[in-house]
Amino acid sequence: MSAGLTLTWRRFSRNRLAVAGCLIVVLVAAASLAAPVLPLQDPNATHLADRILPPSSAGHLLGTDQLGRDILSRLVWGTRLSLAVAVSATLIAAVFGTLIGILAGYFRAIDNVLMRGIDMIMAFPYILLALSIVAVLGPGLFNALLAIAVINIPFFARSVRGATVSIVRLDYVDAARLSGLRDWRILAGEIFPNVLPVVIITMSTTVGWMILETAGLSFLGMGAQPPQADLGSMIGAGRDLLLIAPHVTAVPGAVIFVLVMGINLFGDGLRDLLDPKLRAGALLSPAPATEVDPALAAAAARGDEPAVANAPNLLEVRELRTWMMTGDAPVRACDDVSFAVRKGECLGLMGESGSGKSVTASSILRLVPSPPGRIVGGRILFQGDDLVTKPLDELNAVRGARISYIFQNPLSTLNPLFTAGEQVAEAVRRHRGLSRADAWNNAIELMDTVRIPDAAKRAADYPHQLSGGMRQRVGIAIALANDPDLVIADEPTTALDVTTQAEILKLLDELRRDRELAVLFISHDFAVIAALCERVIVMYAGRIVESGPTNALFRDPRHPYTRRLMACVPRLGEPGQVLEAIEGLPPPLDALPRGCNFADRCDYARGKCRARGIPLEVAPDGREVRCIRWQEIPG
Amino acid sequence: MTAIMRLDGVGKDFGGGGFLPGRKRPRVRAVADVDLAVRQGATLGIVGESGCGKTTLARMLVRLEHPSRGAVFHDDRDIAGLRGQALRQFRKEVQFVFQDPLTSLNPRKKVRQILELPLRRLRGLRKRELQQRVGELADDVGLRTEFLDRYPHELSGGQSQRVGIARALAAEPAVIVLDEPVSALDVSIQAQVLNLLERLKGRHGLTYVFISHDLAVVEKLADTVAVMEAGEVVEQGPAADIFRRPAHPYTRLLLSSVPRLEGGTADGSRTRP
Repeated sequence: MSAGLTLTWRRFSRNRLAVAGCLIVVLVAAASLAAPVLPLQDPNATHLADRILPPSSAGHLLGTDQLGRDILSRLVWGTRLSLAVAVSATLIAAVFGTLIGILAGYFRAIDNVLMRGIDMIMAFPYILLALSIVAVLGPGLFNALLAIAVINIPFFARSVRGATVSIVRLDYVDAARLSGLRDWRILAGEIFPNVLPVVIITMSTTVGWMILETAGLSFLGMGAQPPQADLGSMIGAGRDLLLIAPHVTAVPGAVIFVLVMGINLFGDGLRDLLDPKLRAGALLSPAPATEVDPALAAAAARGDEPAVANAPNLLEVRELRTWMMTGDAPVRACDDVSFAVRKGECLGLMGESGSGKSVTASSILRLVPSPPGRIVGGRILFQGDDLVTKPLDELNAVRGARISYIFQNPLSTLNPLFTAGEQVAEAVRRHRGLSRADAWNNAIELMDTVRIPDAAKRAADYPHQLSGGMRQRVGIAIALANDPDLVIADEPTTALDVTTQAEILKLLDELRRDRELAVLFISHDFAVIAALCERVIVMYAGRIVESGPTNALFRDPRHPYTRRLMACVPRLGEPGQVLEAIEGLPPPLDALPRGCNFADRCDYARGKCRARGIPLEVAPDGREVRCIRWQEIPG
Repeated sequence: MTAIMRLDGVGKDFGGGGFLPGRKRPRVRAVADVDLAVRQGATLGIVGESGCGKTTLARMLVRLEHPSRGAVFHDDRDIAGLRGQALRQFRKEVQFVFQDPLTSLNPRKKVRQILELPLRRLRGLRKRELQQRVGELADDVGLRTEFLDRYPHELSGGQSQRVGIARALAAEPAVIVLDEPVSALDVSIQAQVLNLLERLKGRHGLTYVFISHDLAVVEKLADTVAVMEAGEVVEQGPAADIFRRPAHPYTRLLLSSVPRLEGGTADGSRTRP
């Protein structure tokens, strides 16, 4: 736990503004807590002889007010009072707001009643509501505190309810119920700890408001009553002297400003820390193209590695290394990967999650998000041109035009606000500069090509109105919009049902034969690759372990990993098949072993397998395998 | 063999009603009049595509959802009426494994605390016994004991799913309903978990209800199979019959759509409307 705290502090301390805010809050809080022991004058002692002394007068560092009271003393005591009121009001609002929010979120039966009550509070301008509450209860600091607490309850109730609703649907709440827990124990033990960050975030952002609101009420004479000092009443009392003695109002005003700023900065920092959505670097928008190691770019600029004219292959990836620059050691997501795609060929890239297949594929158009991704080595030759060192505008001319993508989940890649037809037409217009009408007709033609029945009518549908299979067809139509040379399909059927998958595979197969398209097909599924691809590459822990013609490779896999993986897959029509699981897990990509990445899970591993890196060996028949013992292993 | 659980004309609707009278939300029929029997000691496989109602059916079996029509029986008692001690007894007998190993574990609890919960609540264990049983459960599902003091996000998908299975085993149930327990896992990990499930079944004499979209996986595990389409069971029977001699056109479509390693091209030529 203490290690966790240190880590949390390290993350927090990176946010300079938040640290500054934290410092201000701590200083002010310390000063106000220490007020009784500080050598301050009596804040309420009047000395009419010393009225309105300017700052830095003898005995009165910040001067005196119209009754000759020491401003410094009143300031410290006043801040103490304002802080105490704001913090207590926040706590009261947090307790009641959280209670209402969590109950409304959990018990659907009372949700409407509770939240409509909250809506009613929010229907009033809140400062007017606070004023009327104080008007009914009578002026005084305690009543002001209550009023401010009440008007802030909705903020807590609403955010806590939102958080609760999203947690109630999670499986672990159901799991707790299955473990025999009753509602109130689920609320206290499972849900409350998970909404607590939301409560803390809301508290930290509310305290600042509370100080302002208390000051506002006191300024109007509804809060602190004379001679008691708080920041608002000090400003209120000094406003008649604004011209002759501006320091009487300016000093408490400045303190309010600094304090509220400090609290808000601190609160923002806390929110960034506690909000899981912001944690994963969502605040950093990725660069338009994956970063390239400066040394590579420099080499290209010097012309060390000239473009290759008349390249035999459409795409040639040479010794590509794309690493994730996170933590202490780089994550070698794609390491020393070389392969080629010929014109009109369908090449399969297969592997389990974390094998590097998707990073490899996204590296081709430099779509790996940076940070943390960086291409640290290798070349990607497309029609002879190196995409790694291509300037962004030239790269953009290739993206979606010469090389296009089909993604796994069309629901998240299609924009929900535009119709299917508009999105296909946009892809056409983007690269070909057609008129709107021409692009629209072109889009319908494309949608017809991907066998969308009644394309002209479907073009006017929004993505949510289409079935999963139809959406993926739209995704394919967009990929085909500019008659590309290469289509990269990243698990395009994984999110689909098996019957839909069969249709999409058939469509892809027909399209690529009709149009002589080259396809790089990424999948974790042997059978899907077998259905479509002529050649296949198998990846494990960021590296290619084996490649070759699909039929030969699947009939006679050479790398122990490929063999073991194939023995794991349940095959339909063989109910008696024994699944030989591969025990253990792939090695972490930021701490790869010195030798073979698979050695720890391999039955055939020997000392020499672990001694040093294993090269990718080219067999006489042209197949590649990264294993020094492949010929010794019984078939 | 006797039926340990039985579904009798079970149906489930979602939606309908609404806060203001007059404007009703559309009603969606998720499950329609399903009759099924879960035989003691056997594995009932339920297959179907997304949205066919198989998950809703699974949740009704463990009373996470109440049927709109019909009833679910366990040991010939309608589970809808169970309260207090009887409900606790039912929770002891019938457990559940979730599809997503990550969302089914509370991120703020250590694995040990997650496993202790059913042991305390359902088996009434305390202190020494509790410690011992947590260790046994981890051992049973092949989870190294050092993982007991970790948080769920520190586990891999396969390890998390082992925790989910251990949690279900903690109650020492007779029936475990498994909702797509391996579909979120990589194939090599999937095989580990499937083998584990088979071992546990033999060791503890369990009855499984295994829900999956993956026909090959169901064929491996199930003794009897029910095929669902659009909320209805279109075909059920012994697994061997369903997979070798599918009678319903939908079952045939499903089976023919599965890509096969030796297949070359996919044989799913039929286009559905």
